Amino acid sequence: MSDGATTKRQQKAALGPYGKVGKALNELDDRLGVARGGRTFMDKIFPDHWSFMLGEIALYSFVILLVTGVFLTLYFVPSSAIVTYHGSYLPLDGQKVTQAFESTVNLSFAVRGGLLMRQMHHWACDIFVGAIVVHMARVFFTGAFRKPRELNWTLGVTLLILAIANGFLGYSLPDDLVSGTGIRIAYSIMLSIPVVGTYLAFFVFGGNFPGTAVIPRFFILHVLIVPLIIIALVSAHLFLLVRQKHTQFPGEGRTEKNVVGSPMFPVFMAKTTGFLFIVGGVTALLGAFAQINPIWQFGPYDAARISYAVQPDWYMGFLDGALRIWPSWSFMAFGHTIPLEVTIPAVVLPGILFNIAFAWPALERRLTKDHEIHHLLDRPSERPRRTAAGASVLTLLAMLFIASSTDVIANFFHLSLNTVLLMMRILVIVTPILAYPVTYLICKELQGVKGGGKRKTPNLVTRTEEGEYLASATPPYRDDRPHEIEPAPVPIFIEPEPDEPTESGVRTVER
Amino acid sequence: MSEHDAHRTPVSLSSVSANDPRLQPAAKNPGTVEGVIAVTFVVGALLVAGFGASYWVNAKPWILGATLGGGLFFLGVGLVAWGKYLMPRGPFVEERHALANSQSDRDAFAAAIVERGGGVLKRRKLLGGLLGGGLGIFSVVALFPLLRSLGPLPKGTLFHTDWRAGTYAVDQTGRRIHHGDLSVGSIVTVFPEGTENTDRGQAVDQTVLIRISNDNFTTQKGRESWGPQGYIAYSKLCTHLGCPVGLYEQQLQLLVCPCHQSMFNATNGAIPQFGPAPRPLPQLPLYIDGQGYIRAQADYDQPVGPGFWERA
Repeated sequence: MSDGATTKRQQKAALGPYGKVGKALNELDDRLGVARGGRTFMDKIFPDHWSFMLGEIALYSFVILLVTGVFLTLYFVPSSAIVTYHGSYLPLDGQKVTQAFESTVNLSFAVRGGLLMRQMHHWACDIFVGAIVVHMARVFFTGAFRKPRELNWTLGVTLLILAIANGFLGYSLPDDLVSGTGIRIAYSIMLSIPVVGTYLAFFVFGGNFPGTAVIPRFFILHVLIVPLIIIALVSAHLFLLVRQKHTQFPGEGRTEKNVVGSPMFPVFMAKTTGFLFIVGGVTALLGAFAQINPIWQFGPYDAARISYAVQPDWYMGFLDGALRIWPSWSFMAFGHTIPLEVTIPAVVLPGILFNIAFAWPALERRLTKDHEIHHLLDRPSERPRRTAAGASVLTLLAMLFIASSTDVIANFFHLSLNTVLLMMRILVIVTPILAYPVTYLICKELQGVKGGGKRKTPNLVTRTEEGEYLASATPPYRDDRPHEIEPAPVPIFIEPEPDEPTESGVRTVER
Repeated sequence: MSEHDAHRTPVSLSSVSANDPRLQPAAKNPGTVEGVIAVTFVVGALLVAGFGASYWVNAKPWILGATLGGGLFFLGVGLVAWGKYLMPRGPFVEERHALANSQSDRDAFAAAIVERGGGVLKRRKLLGGLLGGGLGIFSVVALFPLLRSLGPLPKGTLFHTDWRAGTYAVDQTGRRIHHGDLSVGSIVTVFPEGTENTDRGQAVDQTVLIRISNDNFTTQKGRESWGPQGYIAYSKLCTHLGCPVGLYEQQLQLLVCPCHQSMFNATNGAIPQFGPAPRPLPQLPLYIDGQGYIRAQADYDQPVGPGFWERA
């Protein structure tokens, strides 16, 4: 017995101070040389600010999309072949539908957990695109896209486009009445492109609309090609993030030369894994309680039928809105037609918007002549012109989105459709123009507010022995104390921070 | 700087000693927090097990989702709280080293590419040009089979429909339309006989037949004979984006497209009245044959549906 105990102790000693795990890591390091890099990675610091979580929402909803999507591919049949429906959803019994539609209804009703997976998939997609947009807004308004991170901004914009495109492709697959109408519109938009439009549309659809090629083609794009590109670009996005390290908001102890926060292991890993579960949990709860895309209520696609209040998923709303309110200016001459009423709102407008997004870092560099490397983030109010420009574009997009439901608005407020359309045409032009100066002035005001953007500290009220009450201010919170920002050259375009006002109640506003 | 503040200065992880207060949990009462987290984990585990059970018994989808979602949510909240309140509170700092290398490293890198590569190419300009030309030809040629096999050239149904002189108008069930079938003010979707159940019939040939009045109806000049006994027919494809113009406003006699709210005046050659549609709906010339059936005089006189480059 004592022999066995000694041997055990000896064995343990032979393993070294870190036991079996240590031994396994040694074996790994012998072969791959990962010890030093691994330690550095475990020590990687993640800033604790909440706004850094927005990108995580996007990443984790993409993970959920992959998991639920794999489940759906096991049951979905990407075929336009016509079959007679005889499934468990009785109102559709005996109807001629495509196999794509039939299999989608079947996987919703006959496959265990199928409906939940489908609804989670759809919700995760809406959340995915939404999280990308909000994450992008964070990066934009805090200046995180500046040198050296321009490439990662470009990757991000590309990912947004791919996410929207893949969302549309997936939305089209069930071949129901609403999504079929969406494909019909996409076909007509391709058709509208001058010179090459008809060829593009015929090659994508394998002939005139609708044909039988489009469902299988969209399927392989949706489940294989686009996701592969997204995975590759997300990997590159994260690699650059590790390579360039995080940005951070200025604060005491935070400089251009360091990152302050929690280490990768175990703190960030626990938080982020927990957050993955939370995102998954919320998506599952939405899938359980909030019905989305009930295609059996819409019915199968039939090019000669249409339903009222047809609207795409939210991220296509701005395009639909633009198509609704753009005037009917078609160009017809010299034996040719350029359907400007389609080409401009559906091709030129998104082209301009996304190109501005791609070009913004270079554009801002040129305007501000700021070629410095930045790791400390801006408060949006410190950069009034950038913030105003962003607010203006977001206002335009919001107005276009609202314009995608002109018919619903007209119905709801008992207005004439003409009134609503006219109103939206005016709002789409006026509000972005107004948003710029209003945001600019708000930023300027915020700069002048004493302690603006900082947490209020409590006043300490004391009572003297004579019964006199005295109020005295407590010192500011640690992170809110004045701090030194690295003296990087401040370009003319970017206004310097105003000096702290000295007297209470006196604001210094620079104009 | 107070005692507490001194411990809030960020330090590097590699320089931190084992008894450093930054390695202590952030929570004031770790015991209580641990209890709360334990409860969330128990609830989470129970719900996840409940998901397994409800899957086993094939429970309703909302029960599956509620147990799965609730379980993941509680496990996640517990894990986040664990990380936030019970793990080393920090803050820690990591140095950021400049990514740029020294100028001599950069020069060496640039020299390797410019001098070595440039030297090779400059000395063999002919070879470089020939190879570039060959690859250029290949990339263009490779596009042909890739693109061309994707679909036919844009012809045929882009320019004409299946309506011919004498084609019977039938409804979706294939029944021929008799001139007594529709009362004044009513509308029906018709197809050229034989195409009512085909994709092509539904996507290209679909036509709305409206009975405007009891007398021959002329919508526009040159179309005097197109609307016998008040029957007129328009292509059902919106000229904006090709949605079916599926709504009919009987009082104003407007055809409305529900996609983008284009409105067409049915009594005046379907001229667009409102919305983004640029052109009238093409009108199908009709006649009523000896037996009273509604038939087409000819195909549409122009391509139906949305605009495109080759459309004159």
